[in-house]
Amino acid sequence: MTRPPLSYIPAGLTAAAVLAPVIVLIYMSLGADLLLDGRSGEIVLNTLALAACTVIGATLIGVPLAVVTTYAPLPARQLWVALLAAPLAIPSYLGAFAFFAAFGPGGEIETLTGLATPRAEGLIGASVVMTLYTYPFVLISTRAALQSLDANVVDAARTLGLSLPAALFRIVLPRAANGIAAGILLVALYTLSDFATPAIMRLDTFTRMIYVEYNAFGLDRAALMSVQLLALVVVVLFFESRIRVRRERPGRVLRLPLSLPIKAAALALASVVMLAAIALPLAVFGIWLARQGVVGFELRYALNSAYAALLAAGGAVLVALPVAYAASAGWFGRLCERATYLGFGVPGIVMGTALVYIGLRLPLLYQTMALLVLAYVLRFLPLAVGAVRSSTERVESNLVGAARSLGATRGEAFRRVSFPLILPGIVAAAALVFLEVMRELPATLLLRPTGFDTLATYFWRVYEAGYLGRGAVPALALVFVSGVALVLMLSGEARRQRLIAG
Amino acid sequence: MLDIHNLTVRYGDATAVDDLSLALGSDEILTLVGPTGCGKTSVLRTVAGLVAPAAGEIRIGKLRINAKRNVAPEKRRVGLVFQDFALFPHLSVVDNIAFRLKDRAPAERWIEQLGLQAHRDAMPDTLSGGQKQRVALARALAHAPALLLLDEPLASLDAALKAQLRWEIRDALKAAGVPAIWVTHDQTEALSVGDRMGIMRDGQLEQIGAPDACFRLPANRFVAHFLGDAAFLPGHLDAGQVHTALGPAPIGDVAHTPEPNVDVLVRPDDLAVAAANEGNSHIEWSRYEGETRLYGVRLNTGATLRVRANHENHLSDGAAVETRICAGHPLALFKPQAGGSSAP
Repeated sequence: MTRPPLSYIPAGLTAAAVLAPVIVLIYMSLGADLLLDGRSGEIVLNTLALAACTVIGATLIGVPLAVVTTYAPLPARQLWVALLAAPLAIPSYLGAFAFFAAFGPGGEIETLTGLATPRAEGLIGASVVMTLYTYPFVLISTRAALQSLDANVVDAARTLGLSLPAALFRIVLPRAANGIAAGILLVALYTLSDFATPAIMRLDTFTRMIYVEYNAFGLDRAALMSVQLLALVVVVLFFESRIRVRRERPGRVLRLPLSLPIKAAALALASVVMLAAIALPLAVFGIWLARQGVVGFELRYALNSAYAALLAAGGAVLVALPVAYAASAGWFGRLCERATYLGFGVPGIVMGTALVYIGLRLPLLYQTMALLVLAYVLRFLPLAVGAVRSSTERVESNLVGAARSLGATRGEAFRRVSFPLILPGIVAAAALVFLEVMRELPATLLLRPTGFDTLATYFWRVYEAGYLGRGAVPALALVFVSGVALVLMLSGEARRQRLIAG
Repeated sequence: MLDIHNLTVRYGDATAVDDLSLALGSDEILTLVGPTGCGKTSVLRTVAGLVAPAAGEIRIGKLRINAKRNVAPEKRRVGLVFQDFALFPHLSVVDNIAFRLKDRAPAERWIEQLGLQAHRDAMPDTLSGGQKQRVALARALAHAPALLLLDEPLASLDAALKAQLRWEIRDALKAAGVPAIWVTHDQTEALSVGDRMGIMRDGQLEQIGAPDACFRLPANRFVAHFLGDAAFLPGHLDAGQVHTALGPAPIGDVAHTPEPNVDVLVRPDDLAVAAANEGNSHIEWSRYEGETRLYGVRLNTGATLRVRANHENHLSDGAAVETRICAGHPLALFKPQAGGSSAP
């Protein structure tokens, strides 16, 4: 009570480190001339249009599928839920790449079937791809909201004379609205941050133009655009902080008997989404693998990815532990924890730009593994803090008190009670960070040491060089990593649900 | 075994326990009862060593604990049973109970004594509330504490289970011969399981003594109300009896009130009603309770009282009745309150 907890020192340092890139960017951008010409207006418009179209698309797919998978007795419902959540785990650049290669004149679809298809590019192409890989945010958050609603409330509305559709509209939707909104904001955040999809679809958004400026040695221009993009992110985060997802006492979940045509329509929508988001990329990569084999690929890339990911996972856990402890110790700790969440809002390309600048000022760090790992840690720290915190919260002070009242010293209580209880959280945190880093592209692209190629950067080099076929192996490896991430995510979710139920 | 002298506990500026003293015999069960926030749990946590005292001294056996000399919780040999049980979720029932035992025999003995054999290897998450409570108790007792503290051990259980577990816990404590402080906010629990009981309010002990003494002769009106339905009838002392509008009542040797005008504490079972055409009151409402029936009675003077009667007694609402004091034991007397209101 009198002395601040020990964990405040590392937590405060971490918060400062997380804030540093943003401060550096603002400082850098002061040196750039603010150009308010038509070009920068176009970039803003493109960025906003992509976010708006993606949000609309994700809502139109996510909400109906959430209602159907939550309330209707579908065949193999759990399988559908898992499959429909899967695109979230696949990095959208794989999808964008596959769409880019499959559609248009000379694309794989024309080659195989002779059908002429329009090119996948520009705002429409980018919006479709982004929608396919972000709608699970809406699906998952809406399902969570719908599941927490008690069916008795709907039944009560119907005994008061409301028809079922009217009851859904007036009783269910308003209560699920916050959940839907939470999903929508995540979609917007992801879309603003995504670098590869607009780049591949040749849509000039902030992320693409930051990379263009970086390559043209216009670091201060890149910084200025980064700050502008961060301003948009802050708007999204502001709305997100305003959303309160109300918790209701969980009750019986509503069961909706659907008529056959509606059920068929829902399954058709789900199937089309699955075909486009999962089957199409797998087919394209499979065809290339069959056609070109593993030419050009070296195992080194996968090992490099794993090496960097391992370092980042270890680093993130070490940093996350004191932050998680500080968060439960008092207001300053909670503030530090909040600050670490900033990393999520900072797009990878922006984080990369800031750290490149820091690296140029501190040549000791430039193009070193240390700087790359630092970028990963700062960017994915929120994942680690969240996972560690969910387990430190299980260690209530009463458990330590109970151990000590039985005669255990402080050290023994930590070793035998606290540590075994937080270990699963530490493992989950490390795994989440590891899998994210394996798939990370933009920051890696900017910060990797010379000659250090990972799966993602090799894939990107192949795309830029136009040797599309060589992308098959890294792409399939990344899909595999994504599959592992998905299984981990879903089993974590199932475990949480069991804990709540038990 | 335990001596608490002038204990004060503060959280920041808030005083949770204020100059409290009590002593506990070698195998005595003391229940501490009081409304939420009265400081009873703070007493426990301070004795256990989870909170440091701001002033005063706690003596546990040969240990002396005060604001300057703290003793770590693990050095006190004080067992603590938590309201939420605080079972280690990653350890099985038997591993919880034998947490720090080198010789696991006591764990096996308590598993048997508390009927936990079937759940010996179960994980805490799979147990019912009553089973968790038994495990928590077994764990504390198996570590052979010199003193056991129970923090609302039955608060999170349902009513039927409470009544049964109450006696199981008391029997186990007596079998182990361990002195205990048992904190509760349920006055019937406090009255029935304690050898003595203490009633707390605002961090202070209002009264400490045998449960029947506290119930029949409460130290003040707060205690009288807290332990059960209580009403106060104005009366007049005369020749070893107190005369009230509802007839005379015995007063024993507690008539230390020098004033002849007093308020008499009457509880629902100190009164009787009988149908009478020219009665002093009438029935306002009645509640059937199974073995008994509770009447709300309005006296012709305007005051209302509660009367508990045998279930066979049936008087309809509005019936004119004669209400009399029927207590065979001395009734507690209080100085009349300023303002003169007599009914609660």
